[in-house]
Amino acid sequence: MSIIGKYFIFLGSLFTNREKLSVYWRRFMEECVGMGVNSIFIVAIVSTFIGAVSCIQTAYNLVSPIIPVSTVALIVRDMEILELAPTITCIVLSGKVGSNIASELGTMRISEQIDALEVMGINSSSYLVLPKVLAAMFTFPMLVIFAAFLGIFGGYLAGTLTGVITERDYLYGIRDSFVPYNIFFMCVKPFVFGFLIATISSFQGFFTSGGALEVGKASTQAVTNSCIAILIADYMLAQLLL
Amino acid sequence: MIEVQNIKKSFNDKVVLKGISSKFEKGKTNLIIGGSGTGKSVLLKCMIGLIKPDEGNVLYNGRDFYNSDKEMQQSIRREMGVLFQGGALFDSQTVAKNVGFPLDMLTDQSSEEKRERVEFCLKRVGLEAAADRMPSEISGGMKKRVGIARAIVMNPMYLFCDEPNSGLDPLTSVKIDALIKEITEEFQITTIIITHDMNSVMEIGESIVFMYQGEKLWEGINTEITKSTVPELQEFLFSNKLLRELK
Repeated sequence: MSIIGKYFIFLGSLFTNREKLSVYWRRFMEECVGMGVNSIFIVAIVSTFIGAVSCIQTAYNLVSPIIPVSTVALIVRDMEILELAPTITCIVLSGKVGSNIASELGTMRISEQIDALEVMGINSSSYLVLPKVLAAMFTFPMLVIFAAFLGIFGGYLAGTLTGVITERDYLYGIRDSFVPYNIFFMCVKPFVFGFLIATISSFQGFFTSGGALEVGKASTQAVTNSCIAILIADYMLAQLLL
Repeated sequence: MIEVQNIKKSFNDKVVLKGISSKFEKGKTNLIIGGSGTGKSVLLKCMIGLIKPDEGNVLYNGRDFYNSDKEMQQSIRREMGVLFQGGALFDSQTVAKNVGFPLDMLTDQSSEEKRERVEFCLKRVGLEAAADRMPSEISGGMKKRVGIARAIVMNPMYLFCDEPNSGLDPLTSVKIDALIKEITEEFQITTIIITHDMNSVMEIGESIVFMYQGEKLWEGINTEITKSTVPELQEFLFSNKLLRELK
């Protein structure tokens, strides 16, 4: 319980004694590049293959002659939009971005860089963490939209190249029974997950003490805790919003 | 002048500082010496506000740091320059950016003014040629000098150095000591140095506090230190064979 209390006090400290807005803007842009642009490649690879595998495996399971083949595309689309693109992408990002945040802040802590900021009279948590949190909440939804698009495209490639579904059926299927609200739901998830990943990983890194071994442990702990938080939040969002 | 009054600090059941009191004068290099684990760094962190003492006061020219409001604490903090043990340079920024960081964050100076001030400070520590290099591309001694340049960039009234010679060769150590002493005299700063380097003690120890197991056991100047009768200090000073033979 004390750790949860410390976490909320830490969150509060992000918004007190803030620095100049121009400082945050510069740091926010740097973090957007670090978290967003530098994650495009891994997100593209993961989502394309997940879409492709979803298509093949769904087609493998749908063998009934009364179910139209276009249903495969419909299932791939809904799986991508509702779950695979937001949740799997954010779990991948918790590994990439979360561990990076925790190790960066942990190293700054043990090498006294955070102390140096404090001594200068700078609110170190706000200066270092707030731009990361905002950048994650801003870039993750964009990455998820990108992942959903590539996932559906991956399904198309795998389905048409292997012959399990025709191009016409796939394009019909992804437009069939489309619910626009699902897109909103898909964008809410990474917004929440981005906040959780950035704050939990920052919390782990910010309070690291010791040496290189502890930085490694903080990084691992950040990924573990972020993944658990994502899964819990995923369930709660599904209950609340669907 | 900085005055510490009856500073006490414990971590869980371990008492680290047992009531330290002392005065550190302006324009002098004040040394706090002692073996490892005697509480020197904790005392320094209590003085600069990174660790709050359990009891006691720290006065900066009569202003009580821990009994002041946040604004006064911020104002005192902005009069401090700190050289950390490893330099504590920001890895993602160049040497010049590191030195100019406090100016970027805490002042409204124009880019030109900031550039001039950074150039002056880097020149003062002899590193004007390294302005565009990253911290990972410079040596340990250079990192310390960049740390000193960053510490003096805001024209501090108080300079704190945590083991400025650790990890340096004897020649570079002497250069760093000389630089700190010059800066102290030139800008009339109150400088406090944490060290266990005997060369520093003999070269620049204008005022020395010896700490042992969280207590202040001796206070004086470098010319008197070898004549002290405190056994723990004698043991600390003459711990090396050569010095024992010379004695």
